[in-house]
Amino acid sequence: MATSDQTAMGTSDKTPATEIGHTPEKAPWPLWEVFVRSSRGLSHVHAGSLHAPDADMAVRNARDLYTRRNEGVSLWVVPASSIVASDPDAKGEFFESPKGKDYRHATYYKKSEGVKHL
Amino acid sequence: MATQTQSPRDTQLQPVPSAEDEAGQAYFDKIIAEDSRIEPADWMPAGYRKTLTRQISQHAHSEIIGMQPEANFITRAPSLKRKAILMAKVQDEAGHGLYLYSAAETLGTPRDELFDQLLSGKAKYSSIFNYPALTWADMGAIGWLVDGAAIVNQVPLCRASYGPYGRAMVRVCKEESFHQRQGFEILLELASGTPAQKQMAQDAVNRFYAPALMMFGPNDDESPNSQQSMRWNIKRFSNDELRQRFVGMIQEQVKVLGLTLPDDKIRFNEETGKWEYGELDWNEFYEVLKGRGPCNAQRMERRREAHENGAWVREAAAAYAAKKAQKAQVA
Repeated sequence: MATSDQTAMGTSDKTPATEIGHTPEKAPWPLWEVFVRSSRGLSHVHAGSLHAPDADMAVRNARDLYTRRNEGVSLWVVPASSIVASDPDAKGEFFESPKGKDYRHATYYKKSEGVKHL
Repeated sequence: MATQTQSPRDTQLQPVPSAEDEAGQAYFDKIIAEDSRIEPADWMPAGYRKTLTRQISQHAHSEIIGMQPEANFITRAPSLKRKAILMAKVQDEAGHGLYLYSAAETLGTPRDELFDQLLSGKAKYSSIFNYPALTWADMGAIGWLVDGAAIVNQVPLCRASYGPYGRAMVRVCKEESFHQRQGFEILLELASGTPAQKQMAQDAVNRFYAPALMMFGPNDDESPNSQQSMRWNIKRFSNDELRQRFVGMIQEQVKVLGLTLPDDKIRFNEETGKWEYGELDWNEFYEVLKGRGPCNAQRMERRREAHENGAWVREAAAAYAAKKAQKAQVA
């Protein structure tokens, strides 16, 4: 089992998701993560996941499941097992470096009176 | 959450908490205290995982079984417009079931296992779907009262502490409001029609009123799990609070319909600031929950039949995918 939310767990004792294209007829269909571009000029955003036997069916199912109300102009489906995530146990330390580096933000700097367009 | 009391069952599952578990629990408690969100890869207490898996999968099963009463009326819809609306609604319910199964799966139980739990009768679904839909007016009452109650219940769940559940509920709630409005519209049309049509609408409201109120679950003092769910920020309001809120809403809306609710005890209590209503028949609720409602057997039979009849489609899709993958390898 590997939802993108979960790929980071790595150590699931449950049945792993079937590899794409190697789906025996009775085995569970692999899991796909769905990304929807809501309109031109915007990025694809994660919408959710679904099961499908192959990429084509995943795209069709994603259309039916995540764009029933004109939510999108483009879809991506990605095998959940292909997603690599940061280590969830690293939480703090992995993302710590920007801390104490307020000078990376514009708000760190004092505004000088009368100076425009800065 | 200051004190995280463990139920005896949790203690059994984890006789000696490891250092890892203790750190996990501390982090979990901190996230809950901050009213932040737990995500799938986070450590969580076994009881939290179990409660959520049960709640989310039951919710998913309810959406899937909930397709039946209305699907049965698609061929009998009075106009092409109503047929299209009903089909869209039933399709939404399938979608809601799928969003919720996805959320449940992130807790570690594979989808096929969740399906099996429903098909084997091990898992429960909302008791409301074990009541029959007898007339076209029932499509109205289901939309207005059943989906209405579901919305009141689901809006606070958008803020459930488990991230994937909250996200699924946001999506569901966005789509659900059309369900309630179309139901209200069906009743309004019937209520402004002939006396026989109005009577049909009234009859549907009479039959669905009490079962809809019972959708919020047992009274607070009969619902021990609610307390823990509220401490975990899964549930934000008690069953009775939500039920009172719902009664307040529909007693106002029913006036516009020109119909009445079959309950002469409805009144606003100035002192408590809450809506009151007549006693509900909880024996009936538990009977239906135990499988002895009017339609339990029929709903389950239909669901199993649909699953079995769909087997060849699933097998064909898998075979086609395998064949295509093989061809791609050769080429």
